[in-house]
Amino acid sequence: MNSALQLAARWLLYALLLVVFVGPFWAFLMTAFSGVTIAPGRLLLWPEQPTLENFRYAWVDAKVWRFLLNSAVVVVVGMALQLAVSALAAFALARKRFRGLALVSFLVLSTMMLPEEVIAIPLFMVLGNLPLLNLSLQNTHLGMILPVVGWAFSIFMLTEFMRAIPLELEEAARVDGANDWQVFWLVILPLCKPALGTAAVFGFIMIWDQYLLPLLVTNRENLYTLPVALATVRADETMKPAVFIAVSVIAMLPSILVYLGLQKAFNRGLLAGAVKG
Amino acid sequence: MSATTDAPDDQAATKPRRIGDVLSPWLFLAPALLVFLYFKFIPMARGMQMSFYKVSFGDADEWVGWDNFARVFTEEALRNAAGRTLLYVLVTVTLSAAIALVLAQALQGTARHMRILRTAMFLPAVTSAAVVAEIWRILYAPTPAGVINTLIGWLGAAPQGFFSDPDQALAALMGMHVWKHVPYDTVIFVAGLAGVNRELYDAAAVDGANAWHRFVHVTLPGLAPAITVVLTLGCIRGFRVFTEVYTTTGGGPAAGSTEVVMTHIYKQGFQELDFGYAAAASTVLFLFTALATAGFLAWRRRGVR
Repeated sequence: MNSALQLAARWLLYALLLVVFVGPFWAFLMTAFSGVTIAPGRLLLWPEQPTLENFRYAWVDAKVWRFLLNSAVVVVVGMALQLAVSALAAFALARKRFRGLALVSFLVLSTMMLPEEVIAIPLFMVLGNLPLLNLSLQNTHLGMILPVVGWAFSIFMLTEFMRAIPLELEEAARVDGANDWQVFWLVILPLCKPALGTAAVFGFIMIWDQYLLPLLVTNRENLYTLPVALATVRADETMKPAVFIAVSVIAMLPSILVYLGLQKAFNRGLLAGAVKG
Repeated sequence: MSATTDAPDDQAATKPRRIGDVLSPWLFLAPALLVFLYFKFIPMARGMQMSFYKVSFGDADEWVGWDNFARVFTEEALRNAAGRTLLYVLVTVTLSAAIALVLAQALQGTARHMRILRTAMFLPAVTSAAVVAEIWRILYAPTPAGVINTLIGWLGAAPQGFFSDPDQALAALMGMHVWKHVPYDTVIFVAGLAGVNRELYDAAAVDGANAWHRFVHVTLPGLAPAITVVLTLGCIRGFRVFTEVYTTTGGGPAAGSTEVVMTHIYKQGFQELDFGYAAAASTVLFLFTALATAGFLAWRRRGVR
């Protein structure tokens, strides 16, 4: 009796958690597929008059594809560059011993204390006129990409992973006359595939989440990424509430799909970041 | 950094002979150092420098000494924003960690339905802050038809204003923040619990310890590293909170009722165009977060030993 009660309480808690943490996503999805006119602030738990019209309107009339395209460019290029830069740096940190190693590690670590928010104002100035290069990244995709290319989390995670690769594998290649680049490219990197996957997933979610940075880089609507554009889309009062909900669904879907699709890679990184402490 | 370091040790033994060997690690590091230099360190240095100037566009900047900092420490609007941010951090970090601690107890284990539940529950954590803000803007809709107003209506409560009520907006923001971060904290605690020595529980049970004693004397000490991570990350995240506030209340609804340090700095910079003052406030925010984190970690380290 007692244990049956406990079991019931347990499943009640599970149900409650699902309602609280998944419910809003579910309701957004269902409302986005509904054709009925809903009052602002209302959500549906099941589609009424199921339709794709909200998405069609969002995509074609509200031209959400432009913002999605901006986001895609920033995320894909940013993630690729971030991976490359992190892997290169991690190789030096993990497998080379050189004067200045401790200093470099400290510098990388210290960037964790310098998120976009804390340096927003001067970053805006620097983006407008890169020192020595006399180049402005204002109103460019590159301006939203380059500042997130260096990411300490990604570097440290790959460093940990590369450290664990046995030295014998590297030595065998060295005996065959491989140089540092060949060791990196032909030996270490292929063995790092799982870690690279993890870094990619986290990079994707991190870059997709960027809000302040695109705001600093541009005030031109046609360059907005999707998260930044949400406020602009919302301000259009001629739009039905369900259409805006469809736009929100489009904005939340990419990171959720990446997370759900690459569970294994994601969970590895979560603990790599957490247990370090 | 716990992994073995046999690789570097071995290479240190053979001294680099050629210039290429000396240069090689730096070539690998160059891209990372370059982007950090341009987008982290130069901005930080520029920010500190700007703190001492009245920045004017077009004209030369004017040196004003410590004036900006004097304003940072005396201006009431910023002091209020700082107090509000501190409250925001204290409440959200404590609440989120406490809820996560309880949930982690209920959600540990490797059973299939547990894993599915944990995966599903994690959705808020991977959703971008701007989207989370839009979700809650709708959940908190101040009309009687609004989702949360409907729910509390079932309990007999009158419709509330949430983001549109100056007295409730900050609490509403905190609720949204906790919702987004409880899942992450929970997962950290679940991982931490998996590392707690099972035998200690058995030993405690043999000694006749009840559930509460086991929690206080076995679980909590075993979770100390996870708690440190959760609290540290929570504080760092909280002090620089921007997107959630900017996209929902924008600091309002009444003058400054949810203004936090970052939205205040942003407005001073990009609306008032007072870059020197905004940079000085950012510098203080940076120093404060850095010192707070370092101090907390040092205190924790001492506490553990």
